[in-house]
Amino acid sequence: MADKHEDHQHAQTHNHQHDTSPQAIRAEALEALLIEKGLLKASEVDDVIVQYEERVGPMNGARVVARAWKDPAFRERLLADGTAAIEEFSFEGGQTEKLVVVANGPNIHHVVVCTLCSCYPWAVLGLPPKWYKDPAYRSRIVREPRKLLGEMGLELPAETNINVWDSSAEVRYMVLPERPEGTEALSEEELALIVTRDAMIGVAHLQHKAMEKR
Amino acid sequence: MDSIHDLGGKQGYGNVVSDDPDAPKFPGRWQAAVFTMSRVGLRCGAWTNTDTFRHGVERINPVAYLTQGYYGRWLGGIETLLVEAGVVSQREISACAQTLGATESDLVAAQPDRSSQRSSQTPPGKGSQRMLDSSPKYEVSSCVETINHSVPGHTRLPAYARGKTGTVVKHHGGWVFPDTNAHGKGEQPQHLYTVTFQASDLWRDGEKGVQVSLDLFEPYLLHAYSG
Repeated sequence: MADKHEDHQHAQTHNHQHDTSPQAIRAEALEALLIEKGLLKASEVDDVIVQYEERVGPMNGARVVARAWKDPAFRERLLADGTAAIEEFSFEGGQTEKLVVVANGPNIHHVVVCTLCSCYPWAVLGLPPKWYKDPAYRSRIVREPRKLLGEMGLELPAETNINVWDSSAEVRYMVLPERPEGTEALSEEELALIVTRDAMIGVAHLQHKAMEKR
Repeated sequence: MDSIHDLGGKQGYGNVVSDDPDAPKFPGRWQAAVFTMSRVGLRCGAWTNTDTFRHGVERINPVAYLTQGYYGRWLGGIETLLVEAGVVSQREISACAQTLGATESDLVAAQPDRSSQRSSQTPPGKGSQRMLDSSPKYEVSSCVETINHSVPGHTRLPAYARGKTGTVVKHHGGWVFPDTNAHGKGEQPQHLYTVTFQASDLWRDGEKGVQVSLDLFEPYLLHAYSG
């Protein structure tokens, strides 16, 4: 077990302050025991860190959105069968067995939640944000979405209907945001850079500041 | 199960705290370790499907659920299932934790069921979609009512949507049924539907122009009587 402390050096995390909460300590204890029992390797943890910091994330979904904006036939395929459409990209990391993409429009706004746990379209958005998994969002978005979205910075006109998708089974949902004005000249790669994670969850709109890249 | 995890529509949780989208996915190594530990179930038979895993998390101490964070919840579920499968004991975890600075009064999330006689976990099939011989009972635009009783074990009908009337908007074919699969009672796949509810039918103070859609298994649904 003495070796375990050296394992902390193996993978870069950004936390230089050791977390001394009960759950952090207990996690370290269980990790050590599972390594001892041959059920886990420290190097697997390192690999996970690299995979989710660098290779799996919302840049995938952003590419899907950008293509849908540029290519009407792709948009149609995407909305008809999201699972098949994203296979055109060969994304890494976590197969989504069934993906449904829902499109925002002038009078309709979609937003996604998992009230029971934290189901999220990993293949296109990576790991969910902390607030998505926590009680305030999970409890309130199904009950008072208009008010909560306003608090989160998204004011929707009264005439805009809201659809909340509670991911209660294995179907996963992603929002296709509306393309912002002033982006006609942008290429697909440039468009992907302006698509945010929060817009694909449905808690933010996109604004394009001319010539500014994220 | 009517535990703390069933949060839809509950009140009192306050504001959503925004995050920095560019912050590290794992604030510290321990969270990544817990994430990785979720793969251990298949290696030792402690859990072989996501439904059993989710139900392990649902059964943790409710105060821990609300205060120990997402990976604290996963840790509680993982420990619960590993202890129930006899892979590790809470005594050895606590002893090890105490050498790392834990105290006896620290809140432990896991609540293993000592009397648990979980049937041996069957190896999982590929994915969760399954072919079904039976025809779907409902079609798109059917008016349905959800069952109105509490399920003591794992289920994916949230309490806020019990006993409510909605409209079927999509049929997704057959899928593994979590209510049985989580408890080692077999996959027993069921037809799955997206059902849309008007907010005004879910909440007395439902906002205007709001719909909530859930993906619900056929056993959760009954025909609604019109008129």
